[in-house]
Amino acid sequence: MERILFLAHVEPDGSLVKAALEALASALALGEVTVGLVGGSVQGAADQIAGCGAMRFLAVEGEAFAQGRYATDAAAGEALCRAAGAELVIAPSTSRWARALPGVACRLGGRVDTHAASIATMNEVPAVTRWFYRQRMEGVLTRSQRPWIVLLEPGCVTAWTGTSGVANVERVAVDVSTTRTTVIGMQAPPADEQTIRPDAKLLFVAGAGWTKKQADGAVHAQEAEKLILGFLHAAKASLGGSKSLVDLSGEGEAVLKCMTHLNQVGQTGSTPRHPKGLSTCCHGEEPHVVGWRFIGERRAINLDANCGWARGKADVLYVSDAFAVMRELNRLLA
Amino acid sequence: MPFQIVVCGSIVPDPLQTLEPVTGPAGPALKNEMMLPAVLDPWAGHALFEAAHLAAQHAGSKVWLVSLGPKAKLQQVMMTVAQKVPFELVAMDGPASGFADSFDTAAVLAEAIRGIAGLDRGRMLLFGGWESASRGAGSTLQMIGERLGITEQFQGVDELRVEADGALQILERVEGGRHQVSRCAAPPAVLGWATGRLPEPRNNPQVGMVNMRLVMPALQRAKAAPLKSVGLCFHSVTLPKQRRETRIVKDMPAGEIAREIVAWIGEE
Repeated sequence: MERILFLAHVEPDGSLVKAALEALASALALGEVTVGLVGGSVQGAADQIAGCGAMRFLAVEGEAFAQGRYATDAAAGEALCRAAGAELVIAPSTSRWARALPGVACRLGGRVDTHAASIATMNEVPAVTRWFYRQRMEGVLTRSQRPWIVLLEPGCVTAWTGTSGVANVERVAVDVSTTRTTVIGMQAPPADEQTIRPDAKLLFVAGAGWTKKQADGAVHAQEAEKLILGFLHAAKASLGGSKSLVDLSGEGEAVLKCMTHLNQVGQTGSTPRHPKGLSTCCHGEEPHVVGWRFIGERRAINLDANCGWARGKADVLYVSDAFAVMRELNRLLA
Repeated sequence: MPFQIVVCGSIVPDPLQTLEPVTGPAGPALKNEMMLPAVLDPWAGHALFEAAHLAAQHAGSKVWLVSLGPKAKLQQVMMTVAQKVPFELVAMDGPASGFADSFDTAAVLAEAIRGIAGLDRGRMLLFGGWESASRGAGSTLQMIGERLGITEQFQGVDELRVEADGALQILERVEGGRHQVSRCAAPPAVLGWATGRLPEPRNNPQVGMVNMRLVMPALQRAKAAPLKSVGLCFHSVTLPKQRRETRIVKDMPAGEIAREIVAWIGEE
């Protein structure tokens, strides 16, 4: 039986994010678990999962751990792994842990696998499934080295749900007085301009076709932007863009101003997980299509019935003018 | 204030190529891997361009590109990359496979960095892509940093500004399209770059000629660096086989399509 540590960081409001509860569910499915928490104040989060049946609750707590920062997070992660005597460490693949935990693995002489889609027992040992070459192929692997830190991608398993309670938390002391980094804060677009919504039920993918000449021989980038933003607002969808469209934005051509590299999906962008996806004016074959590899139900609007982005990749392809359909969609959703 | 910027970056198959996994005696690999056209890993490329831009702004700075890959493929890719920005190549002859372990890769790269003559590690900025387009783990840079004793690290970096007192202000990507803003008092630091803010530089043959004088000797000096990946066992590597039966809808009025999509969005 492996000694399993579930490692999570606590949000500023004292809670655990959904991705952490998903990682907890995966950890509990493997065996008995020790919980390790890092944050400014951890008791609320520990109480939130008090009913999960964990053997112990360990925590590194304090103002220095309220925000993500490599030096403090790596020190906290290392201390918790050592305190738990962990052989297998399961953590959510958040930006904070993705930054810090590979360094922890190095300090402990262990190994790390990030972006894992699942971890399950195979031939009585834990086996991780993850993608290689930017979601082009899927591998299943095991490791003999311990500790083995596994970061699980959000949206792959059902999050743990259970009763809250009062957890008995053992605090672990960590000295972080030598860090030279100060977290100043977060920079985000205004709420009404935010187009990336990881928890949205729908991903709307816009392709370069939006900025091409339309039937009247003119480019209608401004109308395209208005239609897309109107739809995102009405449908509460998240926005993804193809590389060609995002690159146009950086080159100062007739473009969609709402589209930045942060929106880019695909080979050199993100591969978000959403239950549904609607793509518009997207073109390209297999390498480009990985942008919606992890989208559940997919529909596409495209003028080309044979486009590789949609055919064989989407459940439904509407062969139509995206401008016309989006105008109607926004009218219906208003 | 001059910086000593070491960029770690290797080569990956051209993203437009069809990739197929095969299993060999040493584990999984890509079919015809040595025949596939290669490019500099895209995010490592952004790191290199940002490094050159930073070095150009701070007189006396220098950029090294530390690269682990098959020597012949590295040479091909460097013919193009060397025309972009000034750097000195430090090459290691070994696999650039996505199936190699980041732990072993980090050990080789850290050793190569330790061996750079004249490198002031107290002034060092260790750059690289925050993830590769091969393994895509986002774990190698942190391990190199740990091996070199650098505990100020940043990942998903889109912007670096040097303040008047020499401190570094850094923007890192976090969830939800936001950036975390941090201030690092001074080097050394590790920065894993995302896209950054700079476009790819145009080819400059003059830069290429200067670089190539050092690139070719560096490739000739490249030490063999086989990666053993002991303890790592792949049970399978497969292409996704799922092909969807696409319902093609033609000649449906836009209004009707919109109604169908609205109903679909509303379904649980």
